[in-house]
Amino acid sequence: MYAAVLSLRSHTHRPALRAGARDALPIALGYLAVSFTLGIAARNAGLNPLQGFFASLLCNASAGEYAGFTAIAARASLWELAAITLVANARYLLMGCAVSQKFAPGTAKAHRLLVGYDLTDEIFGITLARPGALDPYYTYGAVLAAAPCWAIGTALGVSAGNLLPARAVSALSVALYGMFLAVIVPPAKKEKPVRLVVAAGFVLSFLASRLPVVSSLSAGTRTILLTLLLSAGAALAFPRGETAAEVQRNAA
Amino acid sequence: MRPSVWIYLAVMGLVTYAVRVLPIACIRGPIKSRFLRSFLYYVPYATLCVMTFPAILDATQSPVAGALALAAGLALAWRGASLFAVSAGCCGVVFVAELFLCR
Repeated sequence: MYAAVLSLRSHTHRPALRAGARDALPIALGYLAVSFTLGIAARNAGLNPLQGFFASLLCNASAGEYAGFTAIAARASLWELAAITLVANARYLLMGCAVSQKFAPGTAKAHRLLVGYDLTDEIFGITLARPGALDPYYTYGAVLAAAPCWAIGTALGVSAGNLLPARAVSALSVALYGMFLAVIVPPAKKEKPVRLVVAAGFVLSFLASRLPVVSSLSAGTRTILLTLLLSAGAALAFPRGETAAEVQRNAA
Repeated sequence: MRPSVWIYLAVMGLVTYAVRVLPIACIRGPIKSRFLRSFLYYVPYATLCVMTFPAILDATQSPVAGALALAAGLALAWRGASLFAVSAGCCGVVFVAELFLCR
């Protein structure tokens, strides 16, 4: 990988690389387990292990890949696939905005392009949690530990998913939903607007899957429409406060 | 003719990378529009909850097991369990529940 090549050239980046890899070890183990279940979804969509491996190596996204596999299984058009992938990954737009603010001025553009490769919820979390300006090598260390596990786990899930008894597959197939819940529930507990979005999302999503006309749309299209509706509604009803920069400007 | 799986994967990879890298590469200052900022903030929660329910009911052999997993996941996450623990807890609930529900 590019990051590894750079590190050989410059010894000073080694501690940051190592720290990133160490901090990402629990993430990597979790990825191995969760991506295994993602592999089962890939298998159901007709992918082989190599395709599962590359899907994960290219995308590094649980919800995004899952949505994509669902679209592939439904024989969706490429445009629909692109739209679903965009919506399922839209949260990374926001994370990307946050990361863009943490780079030290004058950081080479190549670093910005590389850090974007594996900006998952977890890597984003530890990257932003590290004090000071962003050290790209810390992120690279984390990626070198986590990304291979994510891809290998997916390939294993595709190839070994059918060796497991039906009940084990059934149990593992809820792992992704558990991961989604772990992402949405803590902020929902803390903030009332998020709680309302999640509650309304559950109700509307259930209705949309049962009501005539709407239920005939594909699951991916329903996800897109409901996401736009819920997020726009919440943004109008509960606009977020000022950014840190605005607070500073107004205080000055 | 239906596009091959590799074309599908290329589209997924390109869109995903673009979503991540465009804001990092292009945005140097904070986003101005309050509506847009708020909208972006709510998007992940809206998407993930819509994708979770009612799909979780169809993921398991018995919808009852899926419902129990949902309840367990909500409870565990509410109590602050880690991502991995919530995920494993949901799996465990389905595994045990289907001992009784499916024969």
